[in-house]
Amino acid sequence: MTLPRVRRRLLLPLLLAVTLVAGLALGACHRDEPLPWRLTNIGGHMPDLAFRLTDDGGKPVTAADYRGKVVLLYFGYTHCPDVCPLTLAHLHGVLQRLGAKADDARILFVSVDPARDTPAVLHAYVNAFDKRAVGLTGAPGAIEALSKRYRSAFTREPGSADGSYEVSHSSAIYLFDQAGHARLLATPAASSDDLVHDLSLLLDTGARP
Amino acid sequence: MTRPTTPVLLAALLTGLLTAGGALAAQADQVRASQAWIRVLPDALPAAGYVTLRNDGEQPAILRGASSPAYAQIMLHRSDTSSGMSHMSMLDRLAIPAHGQVALAPAGYHLMLMDAATPVKAGQTVTLTLRFDDGSTLATDFLAKPANAQ
Repeated sequence: MTLPRVRRRLLLPLLLAVTLVAGLALGACHRDEPLPWRLTNIGGHMPDLAFRLTDDGGKPVTAADYRGKVVLLYFGYTHCPDVCPLTLAHLHGVLQRLGAKADDARILFVSVDPARDTPAVLHAYVNAFDKRAVGLTGAPGAIEALSKRYRSAFTREPGSADGSYEVSHSSAIYLFDQAGHARLLATPAASSDDLVHDLSLLLDTGARP
Repeated sequence: MTRPTTPVLLAALLTGLLTAGGALAAQADQVRASQAWIRVLPDALPAAGYVTLRNDGEQPAILRGASSPAYAQIMLHRSDTSSGMSHMSMLDRLAIPAHGQVALAPAGYHLMLMDAATPVKAGQTVTLTLRFDDGSTLATDFLAKPANAQ
């Protein structure tokens, strides 16, 4: 059978497309249905949660201490009266909306200003926002390692007043599932609805292998 | 050195009169403050003050800062999160355009309130005196709210 010239030219792309769609459909059968995330899906693109820091009770902790919890990781510092409190108040409102479910979530507020943020200062600060928030501090190297692990960044520059300094830090919020896998990325501007939706999904699906 | 000539003296006199005229329409008198609140943070940590300023005048009003017996130091700040990085910088002045308004609001302009004389508690009212470019002032009551106020 001979096909007209034009049709023959279309045949190969058509076959390729059919194969591709069939392949995708088959793949979908083998895998779990993709979850309808509203935040940025970073599953498989960021390493699992890992750190060695000190919590706001003064106790040495590692990421393993938070396995079984959905973690919201956020970098900030307590001498930050505007954006950090706004973000933490926002996350508090989101956890309140999740009700009892939110007991399986933890906000990990990692200080990028360990010189000033002692466990005691951090404790008072995070608890002013939410009882499920934990302040983490530690050796500058350990904090930098965690920040770099998630391609987050922070800088400290001398300020205008004597002895003061200005801190810049990434405003991203990283969400981890109960197995410590990095799953989602949010900005502080993410809506309460989207955060509630995705956190609810994360809390429902539990730990995945 | 030459003595001032008559035109120079006249100019000086006029400038004085204009300044006096300007003082009648002080910048602070053109500005109305609303939604003034403070997000209180624990211990001696700096807090942020927010307020919406509406200028009903024909001329811009320039906010230069604020003061209060309640805080040793108050600075006009601006947060910038546009680059994905959160950064605070100090401002010398903030213009409220004629017949316009500027909101000092979370993640933007704010007054950074440092070294409270006595701990400020949620529910309290704290008076901050806003200072404008011409030296005029506007005493404004700010309501202290808890850290996790939405």
